[in-house]
Amino acid sequence: MAISMHESVDLGRPGETPPPGAAKRRSPWLGQHMGTALIAAAGGFALGHWAGNAIAGNYENVAGSGQNNVATVLALSFGVLGWLIGSGALNYPLAKLVGKEPAPEIEEVGWGRYFRFTLDHKVVGMQYIIAVLLFLFTGGLLAMAIRTELLSPTTHYFGPGTYIAVVSEHGTVMMMMATSVITGPIAGWLIPLMIGSRRMAFPRVEAFSFWMFTAGYLVILTALPFGGFPTGWTGYAPLQTQAAGGMDSYLVGFAVVGIGMITAGFNIIATIINYRAPGMTWSRLPIFIWSLLAVASLLALATPTLVTGGLFGILDRTAQTAFFVNEHGGSSFLWENLFWFFGHPEVYIMALPGFGIVGEILPVFTGKPLFGYRVGAAGMLGVALLSFFVWQHHLFQSGINPDMRPLFMLTTELISIPTGFIYLTGMGTLWKAKIRFEVPMLFALALYFNFLIGGITGVFLSDVPVNVTVHGSFFVLAHFHYTIMGGLIFAFFGGLYYWLPKMTGKTLNKTLSLVHFWMMFIFFNLTFFPLFIVGLLGQPRRVFEYAQRLQGLNDFSSISAYLLGASFLVFTANFAWSLWIDPKPAPANPWGSRGLEWQTPTPVPFNNFERIPVILADPYHYGEENPLPVADLGVPVGAGVGSGGSGGSGPSGISGTTLIEGGPGDV
Amino acid sequence: MSAQQTSGAGATEPRHGMRLLAMWLVISAIADPLFWFLAGPHMPPGDMTTTASGAQSDFNVLMMAALPVTLGVWLYYGYAAVMWRASRGGSDLIGGPKARSNLRVQAAWIGTTTVVVLAAFVYGTVELVVPAGAGGGEGPQPIWTPTSKTILPIQVIAQQWKFSYRYPTYGGFETDQLMIPNDTTVAFHVTSLDVIHEFWAYQLEVKADANPGTDNVAFTTTKVLGNVTVRCSELCGIWHGAMFNFGHVVSKSQFQAWATTSEAKLAPVTKLLPAFSWSYTPDANGAAGGYYPDNADKYNKIETYGADKVSVADTKIKSS
Ligand code: HEM
Ligand SMILES: [Cu+2]
Ligand SMILES: [Cu+2]
Repeated sequence: MAISMHESVDLGRPGETPPPGAAKRRSPWLGQHMGTALIAAAGGFALGHWAGNAIAGNYENVAGSGQNNVATVLALSFGVLGWLIGSGALNYPLAKLVGKEPAPEIEEVGWGRYFRFTLDHKVVGMQYIIAVLLFLFTGGLLAMAIRTELLSPTTHYFGPGTYIAVVSEHGTVMMMMATSVITGPIAGWLIPLMIGSRRMAFPRVEAFSFWMFTAGYLVILTALPFGGFPTGWTGYAPLQTQAAGGMDSYLVGFAVVGIGMITAGFNIIATIINYRAPGMTWSRLPIFIWSLLAVASLLALATPTLVTGGLFGILDRTAQTAFFVNEHGGSSFLWENLFWFFGHPEVYIMALPGFGIVGEILPVFTGKPLFGYRVGAAGMLGVALLSFFVWQHHLFQSGINPDMRPLFMLTTELISIPTGFIYLTGMGTLWKAKIRFEVPMLFALALYFNFLIGGITGVFLSDVPVNVTVHGSFFVLAHFHYTIMGGLIFAFFGGLYYWLPKMTGKTLNKTLSLVHFWMMFIFFNLTFFPLFIVGLLGQPRRVFEYAQRLQGLNDFSSISAYLLGASFLVFTANFAWSLWIDPKPAPANPWGSRGLEWQTPTPVPFNNFERIPVILADPYHYGEENPLPVADLGVPVGAGVGSGGSGGSGPSGISGTTLIEGGPGDV
Repeated sequence: MSAQQTSGAGATEPRHGMRLLAMWLVISAIADPLFWFLAGPHMPPGDMTTTASGAQSDFNVLMMAALPVTLGVWLYYGYAAVMWRASRGGSDLIGGPKARSNLRVQAAWIGTTTVVVLAAFVYGTVELVVPAGAGGGEGPQPIWTPTSKTILPIQVIAQQWKFSYRYPTYGGFETDQLMIPNDTTVAFHVTSLDVIHEFWAYQLEVKADANPGTDNVAFTTTKVLGNVTVRCSELCGIWHGAMFNFGHVVSKSQFQAWATTSEAKLAPVTKLLPAFSWSYTPDANGAAGGYYPDNADKYNKIETYGADKVSVADTKIKSS
């Protein structure tokens, strides 16, 4: 096979000047973009469906049931392939495969690039932001449907099949979204800027992860027209093996998202290890980057189990294998174990990036260095490591390995020690601080408030005797919404409010931001706190009928949920208004941050840094008389400060701003 | 815990650490007894069985630690938000190495959390092992078993979407009524005929997955007469939400009367059922959709888990 050994026209090695990518404007309609991807996906879907029917249409089990899982799986797989080919994600590897020199990538301008396969991590980051918001709002609408059904213990708005499909779809969409909600958009945008690199290690892989993520979204949406799937997000077999067509969307969808997660994980690890600017030693690495390193190792190491498990499930449903079929020698426990061996690290995939973001936000708004930086970083790695040893706490009552329960109780409770370090760093940073209650800070503080409830109730769940009461009940449901939504999603919005001015160069309306925060914070707590009680009083998860006496609490939760939903409308209005309808330029460094990412001009140029910076200090030298500049950017005075305003526009008295005025000039 | 940070207090600076410590002690001293005496006795799942009252007291004990921790952390954040806001002015020079780390504080934090966590683990293990699995599913070969002389086995068969019960010591009749004698140690043998379900007898504090082809055993001892709600707590398909029924803890004599009558009345039906077994495999090829008993040889060997080996007749509850 002819694999070209020539140096390809590429974005270059770290530290190397990339080819002068002359900015080009081409018609947004030309070439490959999301539209061609959609068309190719539809074509692939039709082709796969046809092939599946041709192959398996006359199998006894298919002909008799009117349901051809082979056709569904092939349709979805070819659809995804079409999506990738149509978007251009495979151009480069395909060209290489046939020995052709791939066309050089061009730096694009104009809105059209946001709909294309692109190698600029900042464009991919923005694409991701819109995609995760779409994901989040889809899941949110389904949540509204769930809470509507639960308004009454006996009157039903949905049929039982529809309801369970809605619950399952909500859970799965949300979990898929949550795997990437920070590692995709915020991390993708920021990693190179925070470590002083011009790009991610593998820009094509970065973009590939995004197109896989969106493909996963489309695939999981197809579950609904296929009639949904009845297993919840956990997909337990044998119900999985028994379920109708929507189940294939779940299995293929998770596999697709999973492959995207694995590639994203390796990319993040490679970037953080190899692409740090000179002087960016491990002890100067921003805490957010530490959290991403921990998360990326989980993405890379835990997700393969999910993909493999999904493949087994697909084989059981199409090729009549018996991985999970007890009566043919398989085991339904196998899926439970494979799923949670991924699923538990997954919950830390959904916690650690949030910890990282609040670790960045707190020092800026307290005017103090991050307290216990090393402990914080060690805590994140400790959580990541321990998270591989706790998965059976989801199976305490399952009857498997009952004698192992104390061990899994121990590991689960041990994980609260490194998790506690996050609180140690937070509380230490607040000690005698000078707190500015800006919107990002409010979200960060809300994370500490919410996650505490989520974490403490987690200790209750890990206690096997108490687990007998609460397992499978709404108590669990409230617990994980407190950690994921109360932690990760609050951190995500905190991060957006904090970094959007940098990403877009525009200011978000402060009043609307505050309205969003307070609505979200208050109604989040009012929605989910009562559900702990509902669970303790005996309401199982995923039911459409419940005890009459629990109606009051359920209705209270539902009404709060509607208002929680409304808070996202406020956010959307704010987003649209401040970014498109009536944009106001943001100051270059509105919060007075010392972070390296804020030292670049706004908008950040294609290659991020004119010259690779030399890092001189960690970004947390707040509250010092003559703080070291963070980096030698090697650019003339003033040029490093963005076009949006003067560097000193942060609130007065914030030491970080003195650096920005003085830092680059010192050179 | 936070209160241990006392370093760097200036002369005019209030002693924040001492203040926080005092406030924390006061709210903990209020919150804990308040919960213990007011809410504690009413905490679910009540006290109908040994495992129920065990779970209730476990919950309350954990709460005694959880309340001070939670309130302490919130107190700290609240205190910081009030006392240490930028708008109160003061020196800007609050950075430097002292603000970056403090070995004593960090060591104290790690030490304290480790001690709390290990204590929770030891307590949880004792409370799991001593009450014979605390009502949770212990799999086919339970290793922590009750000490009672007689153990009444009740088989719980879950299927889409109902629970039924077999009483092997009474000829293995099957019914969808769950009747349990009072003052009796019961072994629930939970299994499924199709997908995974979960048997959750709320007031009994018994919860065990129903896995196809598996016998999942959970123990409890009844103490109080009353009604029991049984719900399926593992998603098992579209009617999962409607998969519940009710049981009753009745006196021993009532139970004895009910069981012997049912055994006699249902004998013709029992004959047609698959022989009693700890689990059943769906007969995929059977035209009528029957079930194979997985281990029919065990029909008469009712496990007693260390209790005196008794004949089937003796296992029947003696009315008292
Ligand atoms: C608008 C806010 C939200 C509301 C009101 C909401 C509400 C609910 C409700 C009521 C259920 C339970 C259905 C049941 O078990 O009976 C549920 C399930 C679930 N939710 Fe949410 N949710 C919200 C946001 C989220 C977010 C942000 C995530 C994760 C990132 C999430 C993840 C899940 C998962 C995984 C399930 C479990 C589905 C299953 O049982 O398989 N939810 N949600
Ligand atoms: Cu877990
Ligand atoms: Cu069920």
